[in-house]
Amino acid sequence: MRIAGQGRVSGAKTVNFTFNGRHLMGLEGDTLASALLANDIHLVGRSFKYHRPRGILTAGSEEPNALVTLGQGGQQDPNIRATTQELYEGLEARSQNCWPSVEHDVLAVNNLAAPFFGAGFYYKTFMWPAAFWEKLYEPMIRRAAGLGALSGQADTDCYEKAFAFCDLLVVGSGPAGLMAALTAGRAGADVLLLEEDSQLGGRLLVEQEEIDGKPASVWLQRALAELQALDSVRLMKRTAVTGAYDQGTYGALERVGHHEMRRHSLKGSHRPRECFWRIAAKHCILAAGAIERPVAFRNNDRPGVMMASAVRAYLNRWGVAPGERVTLFANNDDAHRTARDLVQAGVHLAAVVDSRHDAPDSDFYTVMRGAQVCDTSGGKRLESITVRSVRGEEKIQTDCLAMSGGWNPSVHLTCHLNARPVWRREVLAFVPAAGAVPGMQAVGACNGTFSTQGALNEGAMAADVVLDALGLQRAEAAVPVAEDSPYQIAPLWAVPGKGRAWLDFQNDVTVKDVTQAATENFSSVEHMKRYTTQGMATDQGKNSNVAALAVLADVTGRSIPETGTTTFRPPFVPVSIGAMGAGAVDHGFKPQRFLTSHGASEERGASHLEVGLWYRAAYFPKPGETNWRQSCDREAMWVRRAVGICDVSTLGKIDIQGPDAAKLLDFVYTNTFSTLKQGRVRYGLMLREDGFVMDDGTCARLGESHYVMTTTTAAAGEVMAHLEFVAQVLRPEWDVRFTSVTEHWAQFAIAGPKSRDLLSSLLDEPIDNSSWPFMACGEVSVMGIKGRLFRISFSGEEAYELALPADYGDSLFRTLLARAETLGGGAYGMEALNVLRIEKGFITHAEINGTVTAHDLGLARMLSKKKDFIGKAMAHRPGLMDADRMQMIGLKPTGAVKELSAGAHLFSPEDPIERVHDQGYVTSVGFSPELGHMIALGFLKRGSARIGDEIRLVDHMRGIDTLCEVVEPVFYDPEGERTRG
Amino acid sequence: MIQRGNGPVAELLIRTACDGLEALNIGGLSLAESAPQSLTTLAPFRGQEAALGKAMTAAHGLTFPPVKGSTLGKEGARAIWFGRDMGLLIGPDPDPSLAKHAALTDQSAGWAVIELAGVGTEDVLARLCPVDLRLAQFGIGASLRTELKHMMASIFRLDKDRFQIMVFRSMAKTLHHDIKTAMEARAARG
Repeated sequence: MRIAGQGRVSGAKTVNFTFNGRHLMGLEGDTLASALLANDIHLVGRSFKYHRPRGILTAGSEEPNALVTLGQGGQQDPNIRATTQELYEGLEARSQNCWPSVEHDVLAVNNLAAPFFGAGFYYKTFMWPAAFWEKLYEPMIRRAAGLGALSGQADTDCYEKAFAFCDLLVVGSGPAGLMAALTAGRAGADVLLLEEDSQLGGRLLVEQEEIDGKPASVWLQRALAELQALDSVRLMKRTAVTGAYDQGTYGALERVGHHEMRRHSLKGSHRPRECFWRIAAKHCILAAGAIERPVAFRNNDRPGVMMASAVRAYLNRWGVAPGERVTLFANNDDAHRTARDLVQAGVHLAAVVDSRHDAPDSDFYTVMRGAQVCDTSGGKRLESITVRSVRGEEKIQTDCLAMSGGWNPSVHLTCHLNARPVWRREVLAFVPAAGAVPGMQAVGACNGTFSTQGALNEGAMAADVVLDALGLQRAEAAVPVAEDSPYQIAPLWAVPGKGRAWLDFQNDVTVKDVTQAATENFSSVEHMKRYTTQGMATDQGKNSNVAALAVLADVTGRSIPETGTTTFRPPFVPVSIGAMGAGAVDHGFKPQRFLTSHGASEERGASHLEVGLWYRAAYFPKPGETNWRQSCDREAMWVRRAVGICDVSTLGKIDIQGPDAAKLLDFVYTNTFSTLKQGRVRYGLMLREDGFVMDDGTCARLGESHYVMTTTTAAAGEVMAHLEFVAQVLRPEWDVRFTSVTEHWAQFAIAGPKSRDLLSSLLDEPIDNSSWPFMACGEVSVMGIKGRLFRISFSGEEAYELALPADYGDSLFRTLLARAETLGGGAYGMEALNVLRIEKGFITHAEINGTVTAHDLGLARMLSKKKDFIGKAMAHRPGLMDADRMQMIGLKPTGAVKELSAGAHLFSPEDPIERVHDQGYVTSVGFSPELGHMIALGFLKRGSARIGDEIRLVDHMRGIDTLCEVVEPVFYDPEGERTRG
Repeated sequence: MIQRGNGPVAELLIRTACDGLEALNIGGLSLAESAPQSLTTLAPFRGQEAALGKAMTAAHGLTFPPVKGSTLGKEGARAIWFGRDMGLLIGPDPDPSLAKHAALTDQSAGWAVIELAGVGTEDVLARLCPVDLRLAQFGIGASLRTELKHMMASIFRLDKDRFQIMVFRSMAKTLHHDIKTAMEARAARG
């Protein structure tokens, strides 16, 4: 019910919205919760387990009950807290976890079965038969229990992530936060102030009080105006800090678009719903306030039972009286403000119940001292409460009970680096431990200082500490004068009695459940939490943790500090996965690396393979070819018979220069490069420190102290990092510099018997076999453009790699293709490249899989005996030289099935197909058009001694089981005559 | 067309890294590929920083760039800090005299170089880079190597509201996509 003339939204524009299909009106500035209350709607949702009617409990982000779903399809947002959802024109909200409607929920029958659903129910009941869990119990439970649901469609909303930096991060804009920001901002500090609400001011927005003798709103307005005028201060609303991390890093969630209708214009479609901020702050002042805690008593979960601070927040900020006959139940002085404000606003106050015998009196209402509310009644809305006192029990008619069990400082962020809060007896609350998060100071209510004066003082003092650390001079200004009454409270956690007294409203956990957990010896607070699920819902126990552990302390005969808290973990408020994964949908997930030949390849209909981040052409189909194998066979034969062109620019290229360049190469390669002649290329092998093979490739000597190293595509980054490690850590005294030139050069393989003809027609100076023998390299000129030519071969044919600056890559590729086509060849892709290299027994990272040694590869001769190199000592461990190890072999099919597959395992024909008899595995396969059958490379125990043996190849995944002959791993031209031309 | 050997030979055409990617104007900000210039990494040999600096001054009118900084020389020549013990000479081809003191490596075709300009550029970069690029921390002439989304990048502040951004050539399309997305998100907030 809205009270005319009351609240900060008074006179605001009308806003139309719907709730469960009902057309309703609210005011601009309303939250969904305040608008529902203004329309006398209290039943908002159903509880998690028992489907009990639930209403609005709080007025903040801690709300456990009033969860609704907004939006449809891919834009469906479940579990939106009505207390933080701002109202906008056209908002459509609906209740969740109820069917067919929130008013008539079939599964409310669970509530009747409650005696069976106590703590540990699932654990005890659904233990057996084991198979029933997945098939029967879990689906059944998931259907019955739960909160909101996703639509199952991909999220079509926009989210973003961003970074921010500041000298001082102020969390919260209540009196403490504002005072801190003002003090630091006036001194010129770089301040970022975050407030999770849509308006700045914190409790000043909802309390009736004075600062400097005037209504607090006057001071608030002035403070905000001053902050806005300060260049060094940034204010962010609707932004909740979600976590504190190492070295002054904080996560924060900004609700960018939740308070407005989605716009379907082009611009509107880019407007994010949420932005996830990562903030690096030198200092942080935590002014996060406190959360009022409920008291557990029978049926305290009925719609209409609310927090006392929330009742006066609705009254003072939104001009809404949450009831016509309001009652108050408290154990502290602060809650009496609610009674005072209600009376001032003319709302009927039916009773004030205070559990303390020395509760303060009032001229405006009577206080039932030493009394407790022990039960409530009503259906979907509170109708009456039962008050127990020395005079016995009496029923009082009421439609809204404001309750308060005191305040819990919001210590969450101070605990994210594993500190535990400290119990302070005077305020019956956990407060942040000093130094819990380096660089963070907690102030005001968050620090257990509940008066406004105390908050202002602490905010200013904390800012002074920061200014000192930053070396900034504080501007002289007095802290304003405000209310400074002491915080009077007496313990009251749960009212004794029968029935269910709710602690965790969101997960349906009662006092009885906690007691039961303790009885079953789950007496550690962490065990109790998991056994009862207390604090494990989306509110993360903000409303229930302290009361639950107080109850646990009581039943286990320990003190509250002895019992301790559970672990506070990020995020402080729920963060949608969409916000955390912002920017990572579709191609945003990882960069795409395109070759200069990509466009020309696409024009030829090439199908592309992802190789790391690169896109490489797999094959180039010709008209009439119906599957990739036809294209692959043709391309491979072009290389064997004519000439093929392949873009090999993805291979890592590292330019190495300096007087000690040769030393570096001798150290990282197993073989020697200092003896390599200028203008020549050598194949090299690199080991890891542990003696296993890291990478292979060629390295060319371009000058006396100038080399260019080639790595595999897969290990380009790894080798670069390895070289950095060697140069910076192992051999810092060497004078050698290197840098990646992978991207500067577009490099193409020109392979096949006609490769030299093609090159000679293209190069400004023709070449011949004697001036450019196998493994020669040097500078060449192509149509006036300087490039590099390497006579190296990964196909076993006479072959060259021609490199030109990448700006010419596209043009060079097209030119090469045109010429190759006139010579009866053309482009070949990764599939053909793979077949050609398997025919030659050349390795890739399919073979260098991190578990193989040079011996395994048959490359032991490359381990120089004359010099040291990385991995040398470890490579000579007996275990790595064992003749029993798996060694690289070739395979060709001899059985009826001619299919071979990579990943298949090898067994001796007489052995059963069991793991213990595993003899090896297959790494690469291909169909050799030259040989007319499939060929494979793999590793086999004592493989080099088993050439000619029969072996059984089994691939359970693909259903292949065949016999093969073990052969030398070079299928084609073992003498290498073709390569030399 | 010029005749060479036994077939017609066309001239080799240049396609820059961002060829085919549209220049953008979104929310008052502009994104465009920078005019191609020579890019050469300068990696001084042991103890040669000072001598390299002198040679650079003599040849190009600038010195070796300080850490996270840059220097400006004659005819628009620039040297920007390009990581540990490395500078990037932008503009002229390096004078051969520099080779005595440093490893010189041509990178002209290896990088996609774009310019992002306009009031609010910092807000776009705040969505992409985990470093403080506000003017007070990252002044005119400052140069950093950092991440841009998932890519290693070089960020160089040309002017108050003008940044040069470089990533590996092959990632030009992703760079364009990521910056465009951030520009649109920023514009949609306005």
